[in-house]
Amino acid sequence: MTTAITVKDVTIAYRKKPVVQEVSFTVPEGKLVGIMGPNGAGKSTLIKGILGLLPLVSGEVSIYGKPYKSQRKLIGYVPQRESVDWDFPTNALDVVLMGRYGHAGMFRRLRAYDKEFAYACLEKVGMADYAKRQISQLSGGQQQRVFLARALAQDAHVYFMDEPFTGVDAATEKAIVLLLEELKSQGKTVLVVHHDLQTVNEYFDWLLLMNIRKVAFGPTSEVFVPDNLQEAYGGKLLFQKSAAYNAQ
Amino acid sequence: MDFLLSVIQDPNARWVIAGCFLLGISSGVLGCFAFLRKQSLMGDVIAHAALPGICLAFMLQGEKNTMLFMLGALGTGLLGTWCVHSIVRHSRIKSDTALGIVLSVFFGFGTVLLTGIAQTGAANQSGLDAFLFGKAASLVQADVSMMATTAGILLVLVLLLFKEFKLLCFDSNFGRGLGFPMGILDAMVMLMIVLTVVIGLQAVGVVLMSAMLIIPPLAARYWTEKLSRMVLISGIFGAISGVFGTIISGFVPKLSTGPVIVLAAAVLFLFSMLAAPRRGLIVRQVERMRVRRRVAEERASREAERARVPYGGAVSKGGDA
Repeated sequence: MTTAITVKDVTIAYRKKPVVQEVSFTVPEGKLVGIMGPNGAGKSTLIKGILGLLPLVSGEVSIYGKPYKSQRKLIGYVPQRESVDWDFPTNALDVVLMGRYGHAGMFRRLRAYDKEFAYACLEKVGMADYAKRQISQLSGGQQQRVFLARALAQDAHVYFMDEPFTGVDAATEKAIVLLLEELKSQGKTVLVVHHDLQTVNEYFDWLLLMNIRKVAFGPTSEVFVPDNLQEAYGGKLLFQKSAAYNAQ
Repeated sequence: MDFLLSVIQDPNARWVIAGCFLLGISSGVLGCFAFLRKQSLMGDVIAHAALPGICLAFMLQGEKNTMLFMLGALGTGLLGTWCVHSIVRHSRIKSDTALGIVLSVFFGFGTVLLTGIAQTGAANQSGLDAFLFGKAASLVQADVSMMATTAGILLVLVLLLFKEFKLLCFDSNFGRGLGFPMGILDAMVMLMIVLTVVIGLQAVGVVLMSAMLIIPPLAARYWTEKLSRMVLISGIFGAISGVFGTIISGFVPKLSTGPVIVLAAAVLFLFSMLAAPRRGLIVRQVERMRVRRRVAEERASREAERARVPYGGAVSKGGDA
């Protein structure tokens, strides 16, 4: 099986304190991988480190066997929704078009094809009717779907999504799940920072449990077990533990 | 009226108007990016920080030399932005405090130098006074051609890098993920803002220059939901206030141009805030009143309905009785 992502001994620190320490794992192509852990476990930080948005103190990341920098066009990214100001003067289609900027390159204008492509991406997340809507007038779930469409517009092989399920309504959650399935069926690899322990088994093939250090990594059925959860979440997980038992 | 006549007859007055037109456009356009990056006050720091640079340039040269003044302003202006950045990065001080510190310290130093120059009796100090509150009348052809060149370069850069700047303002992390050199683009926008401030200093003055970066974009935001249009409208607003402010200030002898230009921009802003379609206060108020009336009417008709069928409502709800 082809290896999509290799993360080797990655350590990331804000100032002196490591937030992610010596994390290593290898993701085969075509997997839906959940990244889980308590608040402050370094999940988002790890993703940002892999994407080169934060400097690595040590370690290396490769995508399809090559260093990250030469593989940018293979990578799609869905940041946390709160990371931008939604009162920006632009509409939904325009935001999705940003996903095409990388293909156009510096100084170049987008082509008509890019617009069609972006529109098709909006359609895929069920937002085609909102293409011309000002982004501040979208609901939280709709904004999240616009972000997903923008990542789709990147036409990548590997996707990183930072908490796409946080604060969205049921319709959006369903749309995201369908999208994940579709990406998987196309052989794409997706890493998703996730919070909800109840849905882990349902959504993800593989799981990375972490709390600054890696706790466990592998197929969900092997990783999502009480001992691992206890180690990742510590004493904070008394009643969620039963969810894991039920899940087995 | 003399002034209007002189505009037509006097070539120098035409240069003055052209200069204010150019600085209005470029500050309106660049101001949009500062505004959307929530760095509007950076313009204020740059402008105030320019004063010591101008004074130092004067002390070196001993006479008015616009080119040298501009270089001095550019130097200390950039130093000011660098100070703000490094204070924020290397200490726990928040950016609003850092802006305040740098602005006041640089302006204080500039004022000391200015007073010093005045006391040494350096005769030709008149050129320096213009930089406090702006004196468009002091613009000569050489100044205007320098402004035109700079403004032209700035506008072409905005045109070429429009999508990159948009990405920088909206989601710079995503842009970095796409492989765009966001750090360089960020520095470029900053430098372009500094240049805009520098070319506006002589006409608007260090004290009020930042208003030209803040007010036109703010007014333009009311009229559109599209960045390209906002930039265009803001440029036009900037140009209008530049030109009208200059003409109006020309009617009153000894009136500085800067304050009048800023007031002209403020009038445009007030008008936009009130009268803009959709975002304007008047339209919003009318909409609110309409909704209120509709809700009231609906309730009235519902109550009339209930009065006609005495027990219907209660039975269907199955609870009141």
